[in-house]
Amino acid sequence: MTQMVAGVPSGYVAAPEGWVQYGWLLLVLPIAGAILLLVGGKKLDRIGHVISTGLVVAAFAIGLGMFFDLETKLGPMSQQLFDWIPSGDLDIGFGLQYDALSMTFVLLITGVGALIHIYSIGYMAHDPERRKFFAYLNLFVAAMLLLVLGDGFVSLYAGWEGVGLASYLLIGFWSDWPSAATAAKKAFVMNRVGDVGLALAIFLMFREFGTTSFSGVFSQLGNASSGTITTLALLLLLGACGKSGQVPLQAWLPDAMEGPTPVSALIHAATMVTAGVYLIARSAPLYDLTPDGQLVVCIVGAVTLMLGSIAGCAKDDIKKVLAYSTVSQIGYMFLAVGLGSGVYGLAIVHLLTHGFFKAALFLGAGSVMHAMNDDVDMRRMGGLARRLPITFGVMTCGYLAIIGFPFLSGFYSKDPIIEAAFAAGGTKGWVLGGAALLAAGLTAFYMTRMMIMTFFGDARWKDLRSADGREYHPHESPPVMTIPMILLAVGALGAGAFLAIDHRYVDYVAPVVGAFEEEHGPLSALAITVLTLVLVAIGVVAAFLLFGRRAVPVTAPAHVSPLVRWARADVGGNAVNETLVARPGIWLTRMSVYTDAKGIDGAVGGLAAGLGALSNGWKRWQNGFVRSYALSMMAGAVVLVLALIVVRYS
Amino acid sequence: MNPLLPLMIGLPLVGALVMMFSKNLPVRTAKFIALGFSLLPLVLAVPLWIAHRNSLPVRYADLPATPTATPPGTLSLFSSTFSVDWIPAFGVRFSLGVDGISLVMIALIALLVPIVLGASWEEKLPAGRSINGYFGLLLALEGAMIGVFAATDVFLFYVMFEVMLIPMYFLIGAYGGVRRTYAATKFFLYSLLGGLMMLASLIGLYVASADIRPEGGTLDFAELRAIASQIPLSTQLWIFSGFALAFAIKAPLIPFHTWLPDAGAEAPTGAGTLLVGVLDKVGTFGFLRICLPLLPAASHKLAWLFLLLAVIGILYGAIVAAGQTDIKRFVTYTSIAHFGFIAMGCFVFTTQAVSGAVLYMVNHGLATGLLFLLVGMLTARGGSRQLADYGGVWKVAPIMGGFFLIGSLATIAVPGTNSFISEFLVLIGTFRVQPVWAVLATVGIVLAAVYMLWIFQRVFTGPVRGSAVLGPAASDIAGGGTVPVTRTPVSAVSTDPHRVAVAEPHTDAHGHAAPRPKALWGDLSKREIAVLTPLVVLIVFLGVYPKPVLEVIDPVAARTVVDSGSPVDAISQQYLIGQEAGR
Repeated sequence: MTQMVAGVPSGYVAAPEGWVQYGWLLLVLPIAGAILLLVGGKKLDRIGHVISTGLVVAAFAIGLGMFFDLETKLGPMSQQLFDWIPSGDLDIGFGLQYDALSMTFVLLITGVGALIHIYSIGYMAHDPERRKFFAYLNLFVAAMLLLVLGDGFVSLYAGWEGVGLASYLLIGFWSDWPSAATAAKKAFVMNRVGDVGLALAIFLMFREFGTTSFSGVFSQLGNASSGTITTLALLLLLGACGKSGQVPLQAWLPDAMEGPTPVSALIHAATMVTAGVYLIARSAPLYDLTPDGQLVVCIVGAVTLMLGSIAGCAKDDIKKVLAYSTVSQIGYMFLAVGLGSGVYGLAIVHLLTHGFFKAALFLGAGSVMHAMNDDVDMRRMGGLARRLPITFGVMTCGYLAIIGFPFLSGFYSKDPIIEAAFAAGGTKGWVLGGAALLAAGLTAFYMTRMMIMTFFGDARWKDLRSADGREYHPHESPPVMTIPMILLAVGALGAGAFLAIDHRYVDYVAPVVGAFEEEHGPLSALAITVLTLVLVAIGVVAAFLLFGRRAVPVTAPAHVSPLVRWARADVGGNAVNETLVARPGIWLTRMSVYTDAKGIDGAVGGLAAGLGALSNGWKRWQNGFVRSYALSMMAGAVVLVLALIVVRYS
Repeated sequence: MNPLLPLMIGLPLVGALVMMFSKNLPVRTAKFIALGFSLLPLVLAVPLWIAHRNSLPVRYADLPATPTATPPGTLSLFSSTFSVDWIPAFGVRFSLGVDGISLVMIALIALLVPIVLGASWEEKLPAGRSINGYFGLLLALEGAMIGVFAATDVFLFYVMFEVMLIPMYFLIGAYGGVRRTYAATKFFLYSLLGGLMMLASLIGLYVASADIRPEGGTLDFAELRAIASQIPLSTQLWIFSGFALAFAIKAPLIPFHTWLPDAGAEAPTGAGTLLVGVLDKVGTFGFLRICLPLLPAASHKLAWLFLLLAVIGILYGAIVAAGQTDIKRFVTYTSIAHFGFIAMGCFVFTTQAVSGAVLYMVNHGLATGLLFLLVGMLTARGGSRQLADYGGVWKVAPIMGGFFLIGSLATIAVPGTNSFISEFLVLIGTFRVQPVWAVLATVGIVLAAVYMLWIFQRVFTGPVRGSAVLGPAASDIAGGGTVPVTRTPVSAVSTDPHRVAVAEPHTDAHGHAAPRPKALWGDLSKREIAVLTPLVVLIVFLGVYPKPVLEVIDPVAARTVVDSGSPVDAISQQYLIGQEAGR
């Protein structure tokens, strides 16, 4: 039995050994890269991207070493780095914990991160500010690693806002474009709304439990009232919704596509936006105690996966289709973590496979944009399959994986979630399962539509020019871009089988989130698989009939059904924000500025003016005539006498 | 008798005198002399800090853990003390000393003044004003400010409080912007009103102490602390209201705040930085130094009022800030929102909140100092304080943009910047006793992101534009309203000439350079980078590792909570009775 060491969570071992003792390097390497690249100035313009990429690859190597050490001989470990916020009985340490859940994310972040760094070398080759771009990417990797490695809610919050900052900087990277700057601000502010939830949850934990570390909070949950636990669960969910683009805080994510495409792939598909899933999975002991909280998580997930897939069907911007697809796929993950008791593992499996196939799809989309003078409008594309064979191959792999083609990643990761949703039982099971099933069909529809509009049909771009006046000359991207794409495509094909067969991953992560219990719903697993495949087939065929059999018009048809209009208008998300928040906010601001100037300052100014007027009036009495002074003295004497009489005799 | 504090007050004043008689010196020499004098307190602050830190383990060991118990004969509230007789008839002594709160504030002043002088090195002053006089007044202000924070006698505190006004009045009135006379008068009248109220309360405090103490009245902090709980509540309320009004004006809390935007915006940049960064903290410092420990019952009784004003300040300040069109006024309104957080931390009586409030005073000084100086450098270049005259400055001045972004992030209290620690401590300390107020205040952190990023977007991003950046003529061509809103190309066939209809941003999505209009000015100079770098470094360092500052503040925060008659958490309690000396 090891001795109790202060700050070490129960179930974890301090004094790391092997690779694990270098765990802190996971944070230090990328942050050092970010600082070096930002402070280093123009001197580093030519090698900055190499340094940055090298550091992330090194972090991946360390992560791999740690993973195997922890897996084979060490077990969960923790590492206290320094005393962070000590004040009175609040003592927040800066500690890291290495367990199945956090190491999964470490490998995802550094692995996919390294591939996307490499891809960016090619993608950003001609950008004059490439060095800054890589600095921000490194900053993101560091913050994201802090988010998943922190051993308490405050470190998580620090990473949480850190990734928000990196996301802000990268969405607005082309700050020349007002739309990019607006999207960046929108992302940050909507995330902040979610962050308020997370912050309040932390305050409440300290109030109730006197601590904010994971182990401290989870060990005392038994003493808390159910009201407290449900409140905590809902506050954390608000934070998760903000970061993961879930209803009602989903509207920032599609706009975030203003950032360079590698950013969309890394931050807004594979890693950062899944942080909400991580938060809920990490808080599994809390959510397991509150069925109400779990139900809300499920509802958020189900609503989001439907809305996301509906909006994805109507978008012409290739990146926005993928963005709404991300919104919808994370909805699946939320649905899964909401189902609780062991389904957490399935959510993480889907998160990982999604990380592969969505990153592949986004990098493919980036490659398409690279070929198409940075245009994103699929109506201007078409027939690109022969021009971009590798990109087409990669995106096909991602496409087949996401729609759940048998034996590819999505098939292994999405179907179990649909099964688990049906197994939830009763009306709840039918509603949640039905939504998940229907969205699978919609996913097949919008993804097929995207593939057809981009790669098949007439080469519509031949008669067009891009916004800057150039003709289109589509060409395949250089190997520095295609090789990472191919690696991700391999993951998209095989990761699902690797992780899901024999419940390999679910068993691996069970010590952190609880064991997987297979429950049987009203429908058998086979029936659900068949149903899913049928719906997917319907979606594919429908898309083919609508978009593959007829020519796609270059301009989006104006006369469409209200449903399509609604989907095009981001399923009302922006309109709601506009009406409920933006307009009243502007109105309130104007009113407050007016009040401040005319009301408060006006009152002060008025007081001064009144005093001045009073003085002016009184000044007249000082006229130098003895008779008027005598008169005023007499008046005063009379007042005094009268006052005396009144006081005396009343 | 420790000469450190008298030297830290006196040397800048000597410097100010030297500057008065420096008319015949070359300007450059005079400026270096002033800088030298301003660096002396910074050097002296090092032994001051070390001495205090070394005395920490025994600092509160002698004090009883409950304020009602009789204190021992020698009180060791302060370190580096200095005391001589001043007005023996009223027991007034010229007493100086530092505790954790005043120590960090004095260190902040000692750091900011040289930075301000460096930043004002080539300041454009109104016609007929010399830079010697400007630097001299800044030095005089430094001495007075250190005096306010170092005073351990209430009368001395009052005197320094008033003395501090004089250099600031002249700094605004003689060296300020177009409406300087109005702003200076407004500043002076407000402060004078507060000062008079304080004088009345101070006399009341003296009389009240004379009623209790057999040996007669006193105005010494330590002695007053010992008898504070014996002053009747009704008396306390009267005395409290005078002090609190003075501090609420100084802090400033809503609705006593309207002098600050005028004074801050019209003051020359350097003086404005010290005004917003340090001078206003005398208000919140007064709450913690005088109101809470000396008038505990009244502080508890009226805490709700100050929490209300604080939360109004947080929300209202943020909303009004978002509506400003003048960039300097904008920064002052953001400060009003932040003073709300500080005031809230003062009146919830938990160690975390008080520690957070004190740390917030320092952090706000650093972050707003950085922002205010940058805004000064920006407006000096562009010649306009109007937001609408700027745009796309990040492309013109990338380092300025980067620094401004760091200052903005600190204002938003993003983790990794110093302000996060203090805002977090204030909120978590408030939530444990006053959850409703804390929840309302937490909304403020969203508003902070809204106004700060809006300004950043307005001034620093987008295409290079605006009459202050490109000059009045160029702004007609590339200017204001006709920038495209989105880069998504309009779906149209190539014969459609839509692409020439609007002014394009100056790089395409991949940054392929297109001719960009020439800006009138460029990035920060080496001098400007050098003076701002310490602030940037501290903002980040104290965000990652705040312990060196927190460990000085925390004991005195706990002590203040105890003295205000509130129960204190177990760990602070242990600390105070010396069982856990030196964490």
